[in-house]
Amino acid sequence: MPKTDDEKGYVDVVNGRYKPRGTFHVIEKNQPIFNKDTGKLAGVTNPRDMTYIHSYGGEAIFFESLGKGKLMASRCDNEKCDSKGSIFEPFRIYCPDCLRKAKPVDITEKARKTAKIHSFIITERSGAFNTLPKPIKFVNVEFDEEVVTILMSVLSVGEPEIGKKIIPIFRTKSPTYTIMDLMFVAEGTKESDLPDGFTF
Amino acid sequence: MIKFSEKQLKIPKLMRPVYLATVGMSKFDRAFPETRTEELCIDALTAASDFVNMTPAELKSYIHTCYYGHFADHFGDQLLGEAVIHDRLGLDPLGTIGVKTGGATGGSAMWEAVKAVASGYSDCALALGWERMDEVPTDEGNHLISCAADKDWETPLGHIYTGYYAVMAQRYWKIFGKEEESFRKTMAEVAVKNRGYARMNPHAHGPMKITVDDVINSPIVAAPLRALDCCLMSVGAACGIVCDEKTAYEITNNPLRIYIAAGSHTLRVADRRNMKIPLLPNEKPGQYDNLAKEFPGADRYPGFTGFLAARMAAWYAYRMAGVVDPTDDLDVVELHDAFTISDIQTYEDIGIRPYGQGRDYIESGDAYVINPNTNKPGALPSNPSGGLIGCMHAVGATGLMQIAEIGYHIWNRWDEIHEPQEKWDAFGREKPSDWTSLQVKDANRGLAISHAGVGSHVTCTILMNPNKLLKED
Repeated sequence: MPKTDDEKGYVDVVNGRYKPRGTFHVIEKNQPIFNKDTGKLAGVTNPRDMTYIHSYGGEAIFFESLGKGKLMASRCDNEKCDSKGSIFEPFRIYCPDCLRKAKPVDITEKARKTAKIHSFIITERSGAFNTLPKPIKFVNVEFDEEVVTILMSVLSVGEPEIGKKIIPIFRTKSPTYTIMDLMFVAEGTKESDLPDGFTF
Repeated sequence: MIKFSEKQLKIPKLMRPVYLATVGMSKFDRAFPETRTEELCIDALTAASDFVNMTPAELKSYIHTCYYGHFADHFGDQLLGEAVIHDRLGLDPLGTIGVKTGGATGGSAMWEAVKAVASGYSDCALALGWERMDEVPTDEGNHLISCAADKDWETPLGHIYTGYYAVMAQRYWKIFGKEEESFRKTMAEVAVKNRGYARMNPHAHGPMKITVDDVINSPIVAAPLRALDCCLMSVGAACGIVCDEKTAYEITNNPLRIYIAAGSHTLRVADRRNMKIPLLPNEKPGQYDNLAKEFPGADRYPGFTGFLAARMAAWYAYRMAGVVDPTDDLDVVELHDAFTISDIQTYEDIGIRPYGQGRDYIESGDAYVINPNTNKPGALPSNPSGGLIGCMHAVGATGLMQIAEIGYHIWNRWDEIHEPQEKWDAFGREKPSDWTSLQVKDANRGLAISHAGVGSHVTCTILMNPNKLLKED
């Protein structure tokens, strides 16, 4: 049963500190576990409702931009680094070679023009807390050669195939500010076929 | 492009020889609803003391420091679980540390123990690992495992680690397997072999007498992987005790020499940058120049088709131990068969076959205790324990189980561990009427690969009969 707004926990940053508000850790009683064959006590359940609080740090720009329909990556611009000009997607705050701050760059257009499937997998299974409809079509997305890494995402519309051209879509209505705000669809997909809340 | 400096490619050196004196392991199963973890760990340590005809107290009197492999605190809902086990083993106030490197945790715990002895800090060190994967519902367990991926970039995508791993399988299947039906059958043969070998192992929790068709017709998990292509999710414990030469020979008349090295690669499978293939001693410069012509799409290395961490662990370990060609120099291996296809990938990463030709290790029959093509001993039997697919994958214990199993072969005591009817009875398991010894004859050298996830950590352990070393100290 989804929680009501009154039952939810929220967190703000005030004066440089996390300030929780609302409801956290709803208590649920533990239950004994009995061996049905012997009638003996085997153990207990320990139910627990936890909320983790997590900083995106220097990656926040990436997650915030998704809701604005932009795909941000980062680029090493250090003249003294062998990796100068390399674009990292997944976004890296620092260049992994010179450890100098990488520059955030908008690769939305590059993704629209060059994104294609490097590998993929279709699975009917998921873990607890999954919100994606099944089957889940995982895709690994390669861009042009400036982008030296490969991005993991989900194909929302269309059938995956290695080498297939795909287009990014963004959850611009009620974004979650997570990687779930970015998905891909097969080239040629109509806007009307996109999942709720997503736009090109 | 990833580049290494000369300093980073230094061949690791142990400052004095290190020996494996004894090993032990518990029963492995999907769940132990009426057994605490400490009971399984005590079973493993007691088995190690029995193996050298000592009481547990006698064996413990040699231990100076302890290295515990326990991957997932959140599975057991117990931070510092290592301290709990250390206390229950009665090893306080000795120095101890917990090691966590995903699926490679067991191997990494041994890596730390070996270094402690090699450095002279300890003359005798315990590496003991376990995992408790039965105390959450399975879908929550899948979520917890998916937390071993990047929690911002991957975990929210289905909360299912298989999804992040199987994209590698898909790529290998397309590029090197060429989507051939024959390759699919070869993948299935790995599962048939390993689950069949597990039938001879009373410790194993997934023994099955199955056929290639059973594997190919089992439910799809993530195409091309089906249920019987995948490893088990287990509970259990295993351990090994390593010593300097003097102490080792006080504990046993025939300790084994142990070498171990480790490699790593990005947690995010997607983050793999191109690089030149680091060559193993049995590979030649230029050997892979035409790989992408032979296998279109194989132009990236390691791409999604290889495990750089496994390649580097072998790169260091082979040179430490003097291994030139694993098939010629070794007699038995235990590999990390998390999935049938990743097992085949590993054959290439550790040089049993060149890149692109891993399937031949199975198809030739070399990977079998008895080669099914010739009815003669296989050239380099793989996973006679049953591996992760047939025996167990109790994450923190897995690498140590593999090392134990290799040890049993070299000690020529495999039958003693796997044959006695009393053990089958004690474990509540039915010994098959066609039980067959899988002891590898005249085994003097073996290898175990302990591997995490998409290859974030890998260790390569090499055990040798001290009279059959390949390289002078």
